Amino acid sequence: MPMRSSEVIVIGGGVNGLACAARLAAKGRKVTLLEAGAAVGGGAGEREFAPGYRAPALAHLTQGLDARVVEGMALERHGLAFHPALATTVLSGAAEPLLVRGGKTSGPDTAAWEALHRKLSGFARVLAPFRQMRPVRLAGENRLFGLARQGLGIRGLGRGDFRELLRMVLINVHDVAEDELTDDRLKGLLAFDATLGAWLGPRSPNSLILYLDRLARGADPLLPKGGMGALATALGRAAEAAGVKVRTGAQVERVLVEGDRAVGVRLAGGEEMRAGLVVSAMNPRTTFQKLAGAAALDAGFFKAVGHIRARGAAAKLHLALRGAPEFRGADPRSRIVITPSSEAVESAFNPVKYGEVPGAPVMEAILPSAHEPGLAPEGHHVLSAIVQYAPHAPKAGLEAARAEMLENTLKVLEAQSPGLRGLIVHAELLMPQDIEARFGMVGGNWHHGELAVEQMLFNRPTFAAAQYATPLPGLWLAGAGSHPGGGIDGAAGWNAAQAILEAKA
Amino acid sequence: MTALTHFRTPLLQTPFHARTAAANVLNRWGPWGGYMTALCFGDADMEYTAIRNGASVYDLCPMVKYRITGRDAAGYLNRLTLRDAGRLSVGGVQYTGWTDDDGKLLDDGTLFRHGPEDYLICCQERHLPWFLASAEGFEVEVAEVTEEIAALSLQGPCSATVLQAAGFDVFALKPFRMARFPFAGGEITVSRTGFTGDLGYELWMEPGQALPLWDHLMQAGAPWGIRPIGTDALNLARIEAGFIIANMDFIPAHQALREDRARSPLELGLGWMIDWDKGPFTGRRALLAEKEKGSDWVLVGLDIPGNVSAEGSILYYDKRAEAGIVTAAAWSPALKANVAIAQVKARHATGENLWVEIYALRELQYAKLMVPVTVAERPFFNPARKRATPPGRV
Amino acid sequence: MTYDAVIVGAGHNGLVTACYLARAGMNVCVVEKNDWIGGAAVSRELFPGFTYSNCSYVSSLFRPEIMRDLELPKHGLQILPYEGGAVFQEGGGYLGMFRDHDANRREFARHSKRDAEAYDIYARDVLRFCRFIRPMLMRTPPDPSSFRPRDLAELMWLGKQMGALSERTRARMVQFWTMSIADFLDEYFESPVIKGYLAVSAIIGTALGPMSPGSAYVLLHHYMGDVDGNVGAWGFARGGMGAITKALTASLRAAGGEVRVGQGVEKILVRGGRAMGVVLANGDEVRGRRVISNMDVKRTFLKHVDEAELPGDFVKRVKAFKIRGSSGKLNIALDSAPVFPALPEGAPNLKGDLHFTDSIEKMERAYDDWKSGHFSRDPFQDVMIPTMIDPTMTPPGKHFMSSFVQYAPPKIEGRDWTDADRDAFRDTCLDQIEAYSPGFKDRVLHVEVRTPRELEAEVGLTEGNIFQGELTFDQLLFNRPVPGYAQYRSPIRDLWICGSSTHPGGGVMGAPGRNAAAEVLREAGIKGGMRDAYAVL
Repeated sequence: MPMRSSEVIVIGGGVNGLACAARLAAKGRKVTLLEAGAAVGGGAGEREFAPGYRAPALAHLTQGLDARVVEGMALERHGLAFHPALATTVLSGAAEPLLVRGGKTSGPDTAAWEALHRKLSGFARVLAPFRQMRPVRLAGENRLFGLARQGLGIRGLGRGDFRELLRMVLINVHDVAEDELTDDRLKGLLAFDATLGAWLGPRSPNSLILYLDRLARGADPLLPKGGMGALATALGRAAEAAGVKVRTGAQVERVLVEGDRAVGVRLAGGEEMRAGLVVSAMNPRTTFQKLAGAAALDAGFFKAVGHIRARGAAAKLHLALRGAPEFRGADPRSRIVITPSSEAVESAFNPVKYGEVPGAPVMEAILPSAHEPGLAPEGHHVLSAIVQYAPHAPKAGLEAARAEMLENTLKVLEAQSPGLRGLIVHAELLMPQDIEARFGMVGGNWHHGELAVEQMLFNRPTFAAAQYATPLPGLWLAGAGSHPGGGIDGAAGWNAAQAILEAKA
Repeated sequence: MTALTHFRTPLLQTPFHARTAAANVLNRWGPWGGYMTALCFGDADMEYTAIRNGASVYDLCPMVKYRITGRDAAGYLNRLTLRDAGRLSVGGVQYTGWTDDDGKLLDDGTLFRHGPEDYLICCQERHLPWFLASAEGFEVEVAEVTEEIAALSLQGPCSATVLQAAGFDVFALKPFRMARFPFAGGEITVSRTGFTGDLGYELWMEPGQALPLWDHLMQAGAPWGIRPIGTDALNLARIEAGFIIANMDFIPAHQALREDRARSPLELGLGWMIDWDKGPFTGRRALLAEKEKGSDWVLVGLDIPGNVSAEGSILYYDKRAEAGIVTAAAWSPALKANVAIAQVKARHATGENLWVEIYALRELQYAKLMVPVTVAERPFFNPARKRATPPGRV
Repeated sequence: MTYDAVIVGAGHNGLVTACYLARAGMNVCVVEKNDWIGGAAVSRELFPGFTYSNCSYVSSLFRPEIMRDLELPKHGLQILPYEGGAVFQEGGGYLGMFRDHDANRREFARHSKRDAEAYDIYARDVLRFCRFIRPMLMRTPPDPSSFRPRDLAELMWLGKQMGALSERTRARMVQFWTMSIADFLDEYFESPVIKGYLAVSAIIGTALGPMSPGSAYVLLHHYMGDVDGNVGAWGFARGGMGAITKALTASLRAAGGEVRVGQGVEKILVRGGRAMGVVLANGDEVRGRRVISNMDVKRTFLKHVDEAELPGDFVKRVKAFKIRGSSGKLNIALDSAPVFPALPEGAPNLKGDLHFTDSIEKMERAYDDWKSGHFSRDPFQDVMIPTMIDPTMTPPGKHFMSSFVQYAPPKIEGRDWTDADRDAFRDTCLDQIEAYSPGFKDRVLHVEVRTPRELEAEVGLTEGNIFQGELTFDQLLFNRPVPGYAQYRSPIRDLWICGSSTHPGGGVMGAPGRNAAAEVLREAGIKGGMRDAYAVL
């Protein structure tokens, strides 16, 4: 096999891999990016799931890309544009649909919601800079200035809010909803948004901080013009423009280790590529367990990698519809969140703990075709929904659980959109196991490792690999499994590139 | 498994118990790894003398044993341990150690290679969770087999002769090699290993063979004064030999409550066993870094004036600043010397201006002695007969 | 007359505070609504000839430094360690606990050889965290929002504590404090029954399930005590838990303090923003230079202080203080010793804690019932028969059994408990025991059933929460009970709080009472003569 040489190999062409590769290339590194799929984008791609119907591959919205990525990669120049941020319509049982846009809403809690939104946004603002830093270390070598600045930033909230932040930072979102709100629709929305993508219920302590993290990225979600596929395309183009050599259809089978150092990769098919640095934007567990392998890593570290929790609890629904569904008058361009109450979110979580399927799941649905008519045949529509919660290891087996999950999901949808089932041309439901198979997300967890307090910052993905460098010299991490996590924003990849550049300097 | 009645037998009995109990006229027992073990059978001095003069047997059954089998057995052990297990030939034995990621020693022990893909580890402490965690990613089976193998140590200058008299001709057996012999309708394994620093062998068998073998050896060895020895006598012999023991001379890293108690093999005088060139192994990066930067501690042998054992004493630099601790000490009958094993801060490795504070008990009163020490080479006792092949006939 | 301090509530913390103040020369009076002393640490004869520990039932957390400072052994206190323990499994098996390390390892090895050895590493790790956290029990939490020298010094002290650990252990400790006990145990163990047993300490007294993040910390809360230096061990107070408050009362009286029983506090008197004393239910006034409340924070400020005397933010926070009832209690007089056929004859396991929940999943499902407003259909019971060890509580051959039950909500589907609910709760629990001990119910002479309703009505624990407030981070350390008021003071001058609503929280520990006394004395400029916290190992 011919040997190719490159300064840096980046494995995985998702948002983080592309961001990392582009940043390194822009700084003059010779970067080759290897993507196993036919196109870059990872969870941000787009796919024809039924003849004539295209849906987002996995993610259907973004809470906002990292500003450094947007600017640094000049994504707008490469065609990235967003629709106006989506408002949210909450559908809660028979109650009147409620429109929410940032801190603005109506109904009995109008003022309470605005106050809560303002308070939490204030917390989110002071926490946001941590997303763009390497995880703080608990000893030595700290970027003391940066840390001191953040500390002062937090203290700068003022004494009252500072105390409130310390009280609330690990609180559960259900209690916050109970303390601050009366309207079940808003309580349900808060509970839903905080736990979206997590293996937690709203009563689980540490759930509010996930909401703060979401707010730190943006108040309302965004949809790229042209659909999620357009985001992937823009990222790919920008990376290539920065000088990244992108190779698709290149599945990495192994990281090559020589003399205690990662020196390249072997592709499926046997081709070997050598490089000074190997950067994995893949799942950390996959990276260490499958690509690097046990022999090259210390046993304690390898064990810790096995302990990275990655339970996905979200299913993805795609419906091809022969007409426009009607959600009780909701704006079809809004994000529709079906969540009767905070308790209902908790009840939907309960069975998942035991590998069972909830009877009444909660969900976030959008109609991509309402924004981008080209995604479906004329007059037809595509519905994309994230449905919670779904068991990552169903006791009943995947097939039976998927069928049950689909049925229960459609029941909930039908209740809010009578006649919807009659419009269905094709339905596809991806369980966490399907998501794992399709996107390499261990456990089907889209953060490539649960985003939970015990797996944040200096413990993400695991202590000894939390600074993007790994114990194996020459091997780095740059994916969502690293700080600050996933969800289509590129911060992890950008931070990783920064760490690599600083280490080389 | 059936419900056990642990409360009735808080300590297990070894397969040799019927004989050791009969021989233990003092009825002095202590716990060892969940088993009853004889501290002394009748007279510790004479038991020690048997180790250095004739032949002694010591019940090794409580040693913890793990069997490692499978295609990746050698690769697994290379990643787990400090030495190259792949280069150990079938029929060979290796004294080895293993560390955590930080390069801190978890334990030392002996590794026996029974086949190309069949090893046995014998050690003082329990490590199943660590051994199993280390097996992830390797095609190996790790099984704890402590109760399935009975072991008896036969040590002393007459041990080879006794074995020959018992029908096991081991004269061709080199140190750290083993051989199999038929016995009682089955087989036993004899390895030329031991913990006394003298000529000696260890015998490995199925538990059912334990009592017949004991009787057979005691009968065959009678002309050479064979006798069972307890832990007290063995401990004296091992100090003379300069061997270290987990939880006496070092705290296994997995048991260290205070993180600063853990020690690396470099700090325990086991640096020689690290095979830096065999490829990656757990702790290698940390140990390399330590080698570059220097260790914090060093294990030394000490020669101490006078004849009062320095057991449990504190070492001082210039009589004032604490510099280390004595982990084992004894008056050595074989050397006529007062020896000790100690952990000292690395900067005191030479022993210069190093003092030990000994509390000597004299008729209910402690007299405090502050005496200068000198660093002595380990093993303190290292007779040629230990290594000679064939060993001398007696 | 005007006392130096009036203490509201003769629970163990109120008595501890009173003892320290009295020994420092203050003139103190404890007022108690019940006719008996002890709050939730009581021994009561509720069936002729039988002494019941009818609230708290075992001891480990009670600080030995306090026992020694207050000379409680001299006043009759004796703590007896457990000798065993068992989890009974569905299908007839069991997991036994033994005091002897090797016997225990061999018992665990019956269920998993790996787990048996992993237990030592697990215990070492938890003990590391205990060593870190224990010294904090006997200190006033610093206010991190303050720049006062004392708070800064205390924060520095915390930093120094951290400094003794490696970076890896610090990171691990942060994980431990924030993760669920189920996840934590999964990193060490494989056997469901071993995990089920070890998870118990993470849920007792809290409205969390074993799968709730933060539950691992609760485990530590139950592990950081000791019996005579044996960290994590539990024991019985000889003569029932009332022996602790009895000894405290004797110690208090010996120091010249007073206790008045039978009249509860109606109102805390506040004049010009200062607490002046209390008005009792019968209208009597007891005047004091300061008032120290052993009641929980909700009861103190929402029921016995005029809202107008308090800042609005403070009231809001107190109203939102989480003090959820999650448990009930059965106190049972037995005609003879129950037999558990799963155990071998002569086993010491009955001399300790007995459980029937053999997996974390069952425990979590029990919690799910609580969340939906029901008592658990298959509850977790922490059953003890103290008379297996303590000969003083019943006639010979008879036994007292205590069963602590989780989960029981403060309200059933949003409405109050009825007697019928209580009876159904009782039957659910007794049936569960009967399933593992045939004939058990025939031995029962008397049962006292305590749901959160009874706990609140009698002991005064709001919602029946045994810890006077949940032990989640939003209510721990400087957040307990309310940010800015974690130093035993309240917004009202001379009104103090000393109960389990304050740092370091619940359990029969005495540390809140001791720390509150330390603050009172410091402010009064009196040297307290308190012992520093003992080291762990």
